[in-house]
Amino acid sequence: MKKEIKLMKGNEAIAEAAVRAGCDGYFGYPITPQTEVIETLMELRPWETTGMVVVQSESETASINMVYGAAACGHKAMTTSSSPGISLMGEGLSYIAGAELPCVVVNVQRGGPGLGTIQPSQADYFQATKAGGHGDFNMLVLAPNSVQEMYDFVGLGFELAFKYLNPVMILSDGVIGQMMEKVVVGDAVPRLTDEEIVEKYGDWALTGKKNRKRNVVTSLELEPLRQEKVNHKLQAKYQRMREEEVRYETIQCEDADYVMVAYGASARMSAKVVEMAREDGYKVGLLRPITLFPFPTEVLREMRDRVKGFLSVEMSAGQMKEDIQLAVGCDAVVENYGRYGGVVHTPGEIYEGLKEKLISKFE
Amino acid sequence: MTEEMIIAGFGGQGVLSMGKILAYSGVMQDFEVSWMPAYGPEMRGGTANVTVVISDKPISSPISHQYDTAIILNQQSMDKFESMVRPGGILIYDTNGIVKHPTRKDIKIYTIDATEEAAKRGNTRLFNTMILGGYLKVRPVVTLDNVFQGLKKSLPERAWKTLPANEEAVRIGMDLIKEVK
Amino acid sequence: MAEVEKIKENLVYAKNRLLTNEVMHYCPGCSHGTIHKLIAEVIDEMGMEDKAVGISPVGCGVLAYNYIDCDWAESAHGRACAVATGIKRMAPDKMVFTYQGDGDLAAIGTGETIHACNRGENITIIYINNAIYGMTGGQMSPTTLVGQRTATTPQGRDVNLHGYPFKISEMAAMLDGTCYVTRQAVNSPANVRKAKKALRKAFEKPMKGQGLALIEFVSTCNSGWKMSPVAANQWMEENMFPEYPLGDLKERE
Repeated sequence: MKKEIKLMKGNEAIAEAAVRAGCDGYFGYPITPQTEVIETLMELRPWETTGMVVVQSESETASINMVYGAAACGHKAMTTSSSPGISLMGEGLSYIAGAELPCVVVNVQRGGPGLGTIQPSQADYFQATKAGGHGDFNMLVLAPNSVQEMYDFVGLGFELAFKYLNPVMILSDGVIGQMMEKVVVGDAVPRLTDEEIVEKYGDWALTGKKNRKRNVVTSLELEPLRQEKVNHKLQAKYQRMREEEVRYETIQCEDADYVMVAYGASARMSAKVVEMAREDGYKVGLLRPITLFPFPTEVLREMRDRVKGFLSVEMSAGQMKEDIQLAVGCDAVVENYGRYGGVVHTPGEIYEGLKEKLISKFE
Repeated sequence: MTEEMIIAGFGGQGVLSMGKILAYSGVMQDFEVSWMPAYGPEMRGGTANVTVVISDKPISSPISHQYDTAIILNQQSMDKFESMVRPGGILIYDTNGIVKHPTRKDIKIYTIDATEEAAKRGNTRLFNTMILGGYLKVRPVVTLDNVFQGLKKSLPERAWKTLPANEEAVRIGMDLIKEVK
Repeated sequence: MAEVEKIKENLVYAKNRLLTNEVMHYCPGCSHGTIHKLIAEVIDEMGMEDKAVGISPVGCGVLAYNYIDCDWAESAHGRACAVATGIKRMAPDKMVFTYQGDGDLAAIGTGETIHACNRGENITIIYINNAIYGMTGGQMSPTTLVGQRTATTPQGRDVNLHGYPFKISEMAAMLDGTCYVTRQAVNSPANVRKAKKALRKAFEKPMKGQGLALIEFVSTCNSGWKMSPVAANQWMEENMFPEYPLGDLKERE
């Protein structure tokens, strides 16, 4: 059977994928550069086909708490926003992680800090991977680098969110959100009934206290010794993610002297830099983390002895660089290059940065 | 075959939709495509531009520092993008409103007076499809058949009645384009 | 239970079966206990224990889920109405209610509350207004009376510094999305009976799809007010009722 191919924006792909992935509820608030998500959903009117609910909330704070409620029912719930809106969601994300609820949250990053700019950025890496909210918790973070992956990661996100009962963040950026590419559209997954939810994911959700004891969804545990146990359980879960969920892609790393590390839009530009550098005779490769948490630490560690140096390429002042350095150790050469604050670097600029910061040190 | 191009002008000139038609045409021809707009408030009345890449291979970067083709529709864009055309590449521009003409010798330069022609025909909305026609004359990266299909795909159904006029505009554009020697 | 069975013929009163055996953490004399009892009784009498989903707040009511035997979600401070929206939109057949105090609902959660009212979410808001932050130890809340002494207004609430008592029920009544807004109290047996009728209505109307129902309970916080339970009830009657008069503010089909 020939797969259906559509040309769409990354943001539109998120919306289309949500309906096809059997999402039950979307709760969102407009913010550039991701507003096409809710606009597309309102255009698609999924409540008339799959029964999926779409609500425009009064704030991102309300959105994430609506997601909390919907997820507490055992349903597939999601929201999307951009950087300032994600900051407002920090509270809700922490509660969702604490109450062990599954959900998908998309951040189409723009330049900050503060109101910043509406142009693309990758400066929310720390927020996504380390400090999504208060308390010891981690989100599983997926970083799409194409419109196809924007589409695919919604379904994958829900799968992982329910596998771990944990929030999954799709960390995208204004480039991937706004650009159009071809997308192979997958088969639609039907929404689950309450009975199917219980059968598939266990009987923890608020489906009504019928033929069972009441269920309580909460992140509260006043007794510290018990709260410590809750934390142990969460940490064990994050460790399992580190062991089972690391995803990455490598391009010409086998013989590379220099390895660029980049995710999202920066990985696309860096892939072109690999082509440019190879034409000039430099052995350059690219490691693209697909999961930012868990981070592909092992593969970097394996590379460190055969590589002269690493270049972190990100539209930020160098946040992922810290994780690379942690992976390969302080004595390994790790530099970073990036335009930021809403400026998108071109492959030409990255190539110059690569030569100046890394290659010139060795050749 | 890989064609990296930028289309730049004022918001409202149909810059983004011209790129969209090309991207859809590329899809019709089973090519890989990417369409990356400069987005935001600058679209409303200010400058607008879109980078379109069409290739028979997977596209690495949707953003470029050098273009095979630049279609320039106002002076600001000329100032910004003339230097970014790859040596041996193509620059197409509408002379309307251009006071500083391009000077590069290592690229091919074409003019297309589509603003004037569209006004003469009493339908300024056909301006961008004329430019598109001119471009396809000098860079036939996609077949006309696929362009017409792409045109249809990129328009909502309610606008399909404008298809014949747009198709004609593409053909007019092919005749209008002139190389600057 | 066996003992209760034995003396059943003389039984004049028993704890409703939807009230759990968990020992309540509320202070003696607090209105929460009576209101919990009413909620349990009404859910039971409506036969809705399988459909009821409560959302507990942050504040003294945070552990309400320990006391009433139905499904519950505990919410972030002030966000109960957003959480309730998420639940109700996913499960329209459920009887979804929030249980919130004045600090939660009328301060940090005003936005979520007003917008849930305005959207006409088919949920019930049970709002306990005791004019003080009870759990954190008796600080001023938006509904604290002018001149009322609290831990953060030791000289009494000064309108020049803190503004005026916040009347969220009056605001909610103005909004097209609400179907029933009422103010009740549980200070006397007569008022308890009235409040129970109002509570039943507040549960029933949203279930008929008529919009959001808000029931405010003007309540005491004898610990926070630093009074005996009896004195607190009297103070409430003399000072709270004039500012927050009891009765229905709005009812529509």
